[in-house]
Amino acid sequence: MNNIKIGIPKALLYYKYSILWTAFFEKLGCTVVLSPDTNKDILEMGIRKSLDESCLAMKIYMGHVEYLMDKCDYVLVPRLKCLKKKEQLCTNFQALYDLTQNVFDKQILTYNVDLEKGFTEEKGFIAMGKRLGFSKVQALNAYNLAKLSEEKQKKKKAKERSVILKTTKKLKILLAGHPYNLYDDFIGKQIEAVLKNSDIEVFYSDVYQALDIDKEIEPISKSNYWTFNKEMIASIAYHEPLVDGIILITSFPCGPDSLSNEMILRNVHIPIINLIIDESDSNTGLITRIESFIDIIEERKKHE
Amino acid sequence: MNKKPIISFPHLGDYHIPIKFLLGHLTSYEVIEAPPITKKTIELGTKHSPDFVCVPFKYNLGNFIETLDAGANILIQAGGGCRYGYYPEVQEKILKDLGYNFELLTLGENGHVYLKHIYKMMKRINPKTNIFKSSYYGIMTILMVRFMDEIDKIIRKNIGFEKEKGSFTTLKKEMLDDFSSCKNIHSLIGAYHKYKKEFLMLPIDKPDNCLKVGIIGELYTSMEPFSSYFLERELASMNIEIKRFTNVTYLLFQKRLREKKMLKYIKDYCKYTLGADGMDNVYRTKYLIDNDYDGIIHIKPFGCTPEIGAIPIIKRVCDEGKIPIIYFSFDSQTSEIGIKTRLEAFYDMLKIKKGR
Repeated sequence: MNNIKIGIPKALLYYKYSILWTAFFEKLGCTVVLSPDTNKDILEMGIRKSLDESCLAMKIYMGHVEYLMDKCDYVLVPRLKCLKKKEQLCTNFQALYDLTQNVFDKQILTYNVDLEKGFTEEKGFIAMGKRLGFSKVQALNAYNLAKLSEEKQKKKKAKERSVILKTTKKLKILLAGHPYNLYDDFIGKQIEAVLKNSDIEVFYSDVYQALDIDKEIEPISKSNYWTFNKEMIASIAYHEPLVDGIILITSFPCGPDSLSNEMILRNVHIPIINLIIDESDSNTGLITRIESFIDIIEERKKHE
Repeated sequence: MNKKPIISFPHLGDYHIPIKFLLGHLTSYEVIEAPPITKKTIELGTKHSPDFVCVPFKYNLGNFIETLDAGANILIQAGGGCRYGYYPEVQEKILKDLGYNFELLTLGENGHVYLKHIYKMMKRINPKTNIFKSSYYGIMTILMVRFMDEIDKIIRKNIGFEKEKGSFTTLKKEMLDDFSSCKNIHSLIGAYHKYKKEFLMLPIDKPDNCLKVGIIGELYTSMEPFSSYFLERELASMNIEIKRFTNVTYLLFQKRLREKKMLKYIKDYCKYTLGADGMDNVYRTKYLIDNDYDGIIHIKPFGCTPEIGAIPIIKRVCDEGKIPIIYFSFDSQTSEIGIKTRLEAFYDMLKIKKGR
């Protein structure tokens, strides 16, 4: 039973759960195989395996899964529907497991979280541990330890950034979007690179100290019910008075973002720009837009 | 609000008749239908909508603008399902930013439609409503919707083969007029049985081995004929028997009850639900294969996330069941000719396949 190799695609939810997942499997004594950062080959593989209309983040994901197929015993593909009562996730995450299973037809390891039907994350992880041949106690232990280290690291990161947010003298820009867009080499990283070149302090919408999400989102949107979008909106509302500008990053054609962006753009009152990224790989237009956005903020700052 | 309150709501196929019936009986306010959908409606809607939002949003917004221009000042939006649940807030913001003054009421919250919420909303537009009166007319409206859906099933089966052109459409119009003037449940049930008989008596010329096609896909494009460029009418003109699953009866009452049964039926393909009607459509695909249909038409708005998640699975089911399937994705700029051409090619293919 030793040394089971678990493949984790470095896309979509990896950027939210990386610590939890890797810590869980390592505590159980499994080897974690990560796919590399998104590159051209992975993107092309993903496009070949996806529908035209699929969102860019999903296409990238499929590429990562394909990359891992012959490099491990299982590929981890979770199925998440509802993480908080009265909220839901984008249907892509609800369909993710069945979709990958039907496209690849290989050993896929999954766990299901659907709070409204009583499937908690803990139950999901225990079932997953059992499927790998571990006992309930072992799995629960590993899960609890992994959860602890996830929380610790998140808090540490949030604290660091909030100190910088208060002390830095540089221009401050918030990169807002889903973590899998913000940190993907093909999407957010190229935007971040341009900003860092211009000596700008970059903040991310998924890094924040404890917020009361339901209260925080009110000025922007009251009835939003997508958990990830709510977190993003709350973070934007929180950062709005603290930063000089916001860059809203979206992968084309993201369903929830198509509507929630509209509310953000209409209700945020500092400079904001919405960059929509698709699979065409010329980024000159993108760079020009970012640069002119920086110019606007700098001019504004001078006149304050 | 100082002005006289006028209630209105967006279009969805023929369902404006029962909705108007219900509102008309329960409030003393004036109720108007949104002007019928035209090219202008979708142009208006698109102009003020976010870029890549799904097309039902654009139709609804177009309906709202036209009906506000016609004098409405209380709007009702359903607000349940995948992205639909979030429509109301965004549409309200867009319309208010355009300078319209109105109130928007929804039938649900957090993306689900609840009966309790509907009652609360009725209370809001008419404080004098009592639970008995609203229950009575609520039940009557639900029955009306159910009867309409049942009759529609008969129509879809036979309209492609009518001997006298237009006989089904004329009778349906007559029936809807009759339905909306019914005074009580008893007369409604009577009318339903009368028209059911009449529909079954209409002369048809239907061969035993006619082509049979199932329509699956997203709910709005399935139920609002304008948004699918009158796909069903087109199919009828090709002498095809049509089976469509989605209707309001299904969405309100049958969907939740059938979930487990459907998942069991397609357990080789799906372990979980896929969001919105995704899993339902995988089930329908298998159902159509097992019931010897000749082809499947899958329709959805461009970018419809739940359907995009389901299509790869549907594809696999179709491959294994060896049934032809064609996909249509509708947006505000879809070319009507393009759809017709693809549909004709699909029809030819089905005919050749059947001939063998």
